Amino acid sequence: MKNMITHYGYTDGSGEYYIVIDTDRCNGCGKCVKECPQSALQLETMFIDLEDKTVASVSEEHRKKIKYTCSSCKPERNSAPCVLACEGKAIRCVWNSR
Amino acid sequence: MKEPSNLKEDVEYWRWHEYHRVVEGKKWTSKDIITAGVDVGSVGSKAAIMINGEAYSWGITRTGSNSPESAKKALDFALEGTGLKVSDLKYIVGTGYGRVNVPMANKAITEIACHAKGANYIWGPSVRTVLDVGGQDIKAIRADETGRVVSFLMNDKCAAGTGRGMEVFADLLKIPIEEIGDISLKIEEEPPPVSCTCVAFAKTEAMGLLRKGWSKEKVLAAYTRAMAVRMANLINRVGLEKELVVTGGQSKNIGIVSRIEVILGVKTLPMPKWRESGLDPMVAGALGAALFAKALYEKDQKS
Ligand code: SF4
Ligand code: SF4
Repeated sequence: MKNMITHYGYTDGSGEYYIVIDTDRCNGCGKCVKECPQSALQLETMFIDLEDKTVASVSEEHRKKIKYTCSSCKPERNSAPCVLACEGKAIRCVWNSR
Repeated sequence: MKEPSNLKEDVEYWRWHEYHRVVEGKKWTSKDIITAGVDVGSVGSKAAIMINGEAYSWGITRTGSNSPESAKKALDFALEGTGLKVSDLKYIVGTGYGRVNVPMANKAITEIACHAKGANYIWGPSVRTVLDVGGQDIKAIRADETGRVVSFLMNDKCAAGTGRGMEVFADLLKIPIEEIGDISLKIEEEPPPVSCTCVAFAKTEAMGLLRKGWSKEKVLAAYTRAMAVRMANLINRVGLEKELVVTGGQSKNIGIVSRIEVILGVKTLPMPKWRESGLDPMVAGALGAALFAKALYEKDQKS
C-alpha cells in the first residue's frame, strides 16, 4: 500500500511552496510542532484506513502564506527546524522559485 | 426532483438550484444498514442516504450562516419522500468544512477521505485523481483503486479559483451561474488569462476589461482560463494519474473542466447524467461519508 502524502501550500507566479508530510511515517510525536519558530504546524486527526490517526499538518492560517511564514528557515536547503526535528523523515519542504 | 424555475429579470445571478432526489425503484426495510453522510461545505450543504452501501437519496441546499442548521436542512431534504426518519439511520458521518458542526453525526471525517471514496463510488475503481472544486477551496487528491487517499493537496491562496469566485463573476457579468461554463466557451479565440490573485482583484481587472470593450464572454473566458491553470498546477503537484474526475460544485462548469482537459492533455471521465437519473458529482463527499458510516457501523457491530 502506498503511503498517504499530504501537501500544504501553493503554486503562484513566483514558484511553488509546499510543506509535504508523509502521514504513514509521521507518528504524531509533535517534535516538529514544538521546533517551528513560526508556530505554523499543528497535530491533526486524520481518518486513514477506518482509523483515526494523529499526524502533523500546517495550520489553516499559514497554508495561504507559507512562502512568507517559512522564508526565515530557508526551506529550500531542506534543513529547516521542522525537517531536522523529525526522526522518521516524515516532513520535508518543497521550495522551487522560478 | 424539483425542477429549476425559469430565470427572471430580477434574478440573483449567483444563485444555483437546490434540489433533492430519491432513487426510483429502491425499497428499504428495518433490517437494512441505512446510513447517511452530511457534507457541510462553505457554500453548499449536501446529504446522502445509502441502503447497504448503495445510494438511495440525497439533497443539496445552500449553506446558511449556521452550520448545524444547514446540516439538518440538508439531511431533512435527503430524507424527504423516503419515509425514513433520522432515527432509522444506523450511523451518520459528518464531513466538509463545517463537519464539527453536524449535531446528529456519530463521527466527523475530513472531506479529503470522503471525496476520494465518493468519487470511487460514482465513477468506479479506475479513478486515480480527483479534483474537488468547492465553494472556498480546491483539493487535488490522488487515490488508489479502493478510493484510499495516497496524496492530497488542499487549498489555494484565495477564493478566486473557487465556486464562490464564480458566483461573484456571475453577478458582475449578470450571467446565471448555471450557464457560466457554456458562455465562457462562446469565444472565437481564447484570450490570455487574467492575473487573478484574489476575487477583489480579479473583479477590478474584469471591470477594466469590460470598459476596454471586451465582451462578457471574453472576460469570462479569461477568468475561467486563469482558474483552470491554477487547478492544473495543483493536479500536477500531487501527480496526475488517469483517470481524472472533477467533483464539487464546479464539476458542472464545462468551461472549467474542458480547459483543464486541454491544459493537462487528458480527458476527464464523463459526468454521470445527474439531471436524468445519475449520481450528482456534487454529492461525492456526502456519498463517501455515508459509505464510511456503513463501514464504521459494521466495525462497531463486530467489536
Ligand atoms: S516530527 Fe515528524 S513524526 Fe513527529 S509529528 Fe512532526 S512530522 Fe510527525
Ligand atoms: S520551514 Fe520553518 S516556519 Fe516553516 S514549518 Fe518548518 S520550521 Fe516552521
